[in-house]
Parts: sequence; C-alpha cells; structure tokens
Amino acid sequence: MVSLLNPLKMVYATKRPKGKGKWYGIGIDIEKCIGCASCARVCKVENNVPNEPFYFRNWVEQYTITNDDEIIVSSPNGGIDGFTQPVPDEEIYKTFFVPKMCNHCAKSPCTQVCPVGASFESPEGIALVDQNYCIGCGYCLQACPYGCRYVDYDKGVIDKCTLCYHRIKKDLDPACMMACPTEARIYGDLNDKKSAISQFIKDNNCAVLKPQLNTESKLFYNDLSQEVH
Amino acid sequence: MDKNETLYEALANLDGYIYPNEIALNWDLLIVMYPYVTGLVAGAFILASLNRVFDIKALRPTYEISLLTALSFMLVATMPLITHLGQPWRFYEMLVTPHLTSAMAIFGFVYLWYLMVVLLLEIWFDYRYDMVIWSQQKKGFMRFVYKVLCLWVFETSPKSRKTDEKIGYFITVVGIPSAFLLHGYVGFIFGSIKANPWWSTVMMPVIFIFSAMVSGIALVMFIYMGVSYLRKQKPDMLALDTIAKYLLYILIIDFTLESLDQIHRIYEADESFDILKILVRGKLFFTFFIMQIGVGVIIPVVTLGIMQFKNPREKIRRIIYWIISICVLVGIFYMRWNVVIGGQLFSKSFYGFTSYKVNLIGGADVWLSVLWFVVPFIILAILLWLLPPWKKAEELED
Repeated sequence: MVSLLNPLKMVYATKRPKGKGKWYGIGIDIEKCIGCASCARVCKVENNVPNEPFYFRNWVEQYTITNDDEIIVSSPNGGIDGFTQPVPDEEIYKTFFVPKMCNHCAKSPCTQVCPVGASFESPEGIALVDQNYCIGCGYCLQACPYGCRYVDYDKGVIDKCTLCYHRIKKDLDPACMMACPTEARIYGDLNDKKSAISQFIKDNNCAVLKPQLNTESKLFYNDLSQEVH
Repeated sequence: MDKNETLYEALANLDGYIYPNEIALNWDLLIVMYPYVTGLVAGAFILASLNRVFDIKALRPTYEISLLTALSFMLVATMPLITHLGQPWRFYEMLVTPHLTSAMAIFGFVYLWYLMVVLLLEIWFDYRYDMVIWSQQKKGFMRFVYKVLCLWVFETSPKSRKTDEKIGYFITVVGIPSAFLLHGYVGFIFGSIKANPWWSTVMMPVIFIFSAMVSGIALVMFIYMGVSYLRKQKPDMLALDTIAKYLLYILIIDFTLESLDQIHRIYEADESFDILKILVRGKLFFTFFIMQIGVGVIIPVVTLGIMQFKNPREKIRRIIYWIISICVLVGIFYMRWNVVIGGQLFSKSFYGFTSYKVNLIGGADVWLSVLWFVVPFIILAILLWLLPPWKKAEELED
C-alpha cells in the first residue's frame, strides 16, 4: 500500500539498504587483464554452466582499435579458446581486454521487469534468479543492457552470474576472483570505505558501462575506453 | 533441429561482434504472434464501438461480427505467451504472485478485465434477449445450452431490452479505453525496455494502439466478406465502404506516427543510430520496407485513397477490399515481426548482428504460431453458429 502512494518505489524493484549490512561491488582493472580467460573457464566449471559457446556468466572481450579508427571486437568462445590478433602490429592503435560479467546493478532492469519476482536482488545487492520459481519468459534477458543472462534450455529457466553467492556466504571468494592470475578483479563491500573495492574506486579513475541508462551498475572498470559498450 | 544445432548455425553466421549470450534469439515467432493477436482483438472491438458509441449506423451489419471476432482472438491471446515460456506450467504464478514493478506482470489482469468485464458482458447483454428466444425455440440439448448461456434470466419485456441496451452502451464506453489500455499496454512491454534502443520509445504504446486498430479493422473487413460469401449473401456495401474509409484514416495516422518515430531517431542519431541504420537497411530491408511499408501501408493507402475519388463498381470494390484487408493484415504482422525480431537481431554492444531463421519444417514456434492463428477462426465459426448475428431479433425502436 505504501508503494502505491509512492510510485517511485513501485518502479524500481531494488533499493540500496541504508545503514548496516554488506553491499557488494566489483572492480576490474583493464590495465591488468591479460586475456587469459581463466575467469570464464573456471566460472563454467564452478557453476555448471553448459560448455557450448552460447552460455556465459563470465567472458572476456578483446578490443582492437586500428590506426584507421576501426574497432574490432572478438570473444571466441568467451575467450576460453584463446585470442588471436588478426591486425598487424604496425596497424594497431591500441588493443586491450575487457572481462564482462553481471553488473549487479542497484537499479537492475532485469529484476524490475521479472513478472513473478523470480529475479531478485539479495540483501547484499547481488542479482539472483530463483530457478524453482522462474517461468522462463525471457523478459529479464531482454531488459539486461549488458547481455549477461542466458536461457538454460534444459531447465527452461534463466541463468546468470551469482557472484558465486554460494561461496561468498561461506566467506570464500568468487571463483573468477580466485582464478585471476594478475589480480585484475576485486570485489568487496561498498558500504565499508576501507574495503578493497572502495579503495579501488577511490584510487582509480573508474567508470561503469552504459552510465546513461542509470542502472547504477556496481561493476567498476579502471581505464575503461569509450569504445566499450 | 536441435536447439544447439540452430545456435551453432547462428554462430557461424554472426556479423560483427555480439555478446556471446545474444546468439540465441530468445523471443521467437510466438512472441511476434502475441502483440499481433492482441492487436486484432483491440482493433476489432474498437470497430464495434464505432457503431455503438459513436453511432455510426453504416457499421451496424458488422457490429456483432466485430465483437465475436474480438472474443475469438481474445480467448487465445495469452496462448502464444504461455507456450513460449520455458516453464509453461508455471504461468499461473504471474496471476497469483505478480511482481508489480514488471510491465508484463499486469498483463494477466488487463487481459481478464478486458475478457470478463468488457467482451463477455457486452456480448451477453447484446445477445441476452435473442438467447432467451432461441432457448424457447430450440429443442433438446441446444435448448439447454441457450438456457445456460442466458444464465437462466428469461426476461423478454421491452423494458428489459432497453436495460440491456443501456448497460451494453455503458460497457462499450468503458470498453474503448480498455481496448486502448490492452494494446497500449502491450506496446509498453516493449517500449519500456531501455536496454533496447529499437524498442525504447514513448511512441511505442501509441503506435501499437493505432496499428492494432488498423489490423483489427482489416480483419473484420476480411471476415465480414468471408462470412457473407459463405452464406451466399451480398455484403452490405455501405458498411464495407465505411470500414474502408476508417481503415484509410487510421492507416494514415498510424503511418504518420511510425514515421514520426523514425524521423525522430534519424534526427537525434544517438549512439545506437549507426547499428539501427545498418539493421533497417540490411537485415530488415525486406520485412520493413517491402512488407511493412510497401504491402502494409503504401498499397492500401494509395488504393483506398484513389477510391475516395473514383469509385469502381461493386464487384471490383469487393475484390479490392478483400485484397487490401489481406495486405494490411500481412503488413501489420511484419510490423510486429520488425519490432520483436528486429529488436533482437542487433547486439546491445552495437557492434554486430545475430540471425534468425524461421524453421518451417521442425520449428515448434512456427507450428504453434500457426495454431494460435487458426484456432480463433475455429472459435469464431462456432460462435457464429451458436450466436448468428443474422438471426437476431429486430432492434427496438427508440
């Protein structure tokens, strides 16, 4: 009833809790990423993601910008198959890797549109799917601006990154964070100003993907080029 | 074809870069059918209301057919959605535990409101007197059927008929905004997705309403002529000419709104413009320029426009109306196709495209889509047999 009186509360499915409690965010340092895709590989194993190259909770993109300003993006099997560079060195203006995963947005459009509330945000700010409740309509998949959701056709439901919620709850790091050999990924509590993620945001020039959509993404990139969408 | 096989084929035909999870185009032909069928319902109802509320007497011969057409399509309107679900048996969750921030969650309620409160009630009040008469005339099982349909209300006094008339009028008045709500709402389901620049426009609900009117009017025109032909009766030409006139007016409004939307996109040319330009000129060229605009708008508008000045003889007019109604129905189908499929062909990375091939032989989506388009015609045939408009009693004099 209260939400009926305040339409804005009805519009957003999630809201950052005030005060106590953890509120997780993720940081990715693009300068440190070497494109090994260990994160994508280990994620598939840890979370039983189907092996086919259409299902990813986590993937790595390679960007190459040529001297002619042509932008070439690739992600063969999410980066798991390794990257090749088709552009000769002398023609490359710059090239870099961008790991992608769920942005666990504070105003997540995916949880907003779920018709039954099977997509929801945990109290810690992690976007999750209750697969026992999901009807498999795919509306969340359309609403996610970052392409982070896929249909698990065997189960007929939606699947996505959980930031390894099952591990976090046991005080273990998410699998992708563990696997990264260059520590390009960090995560932590945004409510704690001394946490690694808070320091990462403070010390670096961070940006989020598609800020114009106002999803309040909690995936912060250091050194994010404007070519990355 | 196995799902993964289809996906590997799509993977081999990628154009540029797309997010890996986007290779699978999740909303297929069934979701194209969903706004198409719902639009036909809303349009057919609005045509009926033109006669009832706006007192356009020329449309009287098509009044009941419009209502029964709306009901026939309404009864299956949810089926494309339900059969598309990954977990179809969980569809009721949307009604018992709706998530109120979701545009889709309200569809069940909008649907029930429209079906139960508007369509069924209006048809019941319109036919109540006739059903009482038929229940007295028929014998055996059919007598029982009509008695059930009357809900055991056998009042036939002129006063009761006047009351039916008044209530029916009131329901139609409520029904017009409801029909707008129903389809405007379907437009909102797409238009509110800010992640997708092809869908995300405030014009979407309005465009959906007008395209719904266009398709519903064309459908009733088609069905009215079809039913007249099967009954070996001449269709009322004044009714057909009037329908054609309204079809022309609303087509022009619809096309103007759609053009306005496109002009706005082109002039604003935001970050998604480049990819959408390639989409429309490339993958959607046939379905957008040829089918939606050419077949669905230009041919009908030019033909109907000319007919406003130069009227051919009856037989020719009938043939033209027949062809035009089919053109419009095809055009609006492709409009839905361009929205639903077109919106998923390009990557949200704005760097590439996936592909979608209708699997005519083994595709469950194709067979189900055909089924959900054919079933309403079967329902309509049963309804016309049960509630024949041509056997209704004379209307009361004012």
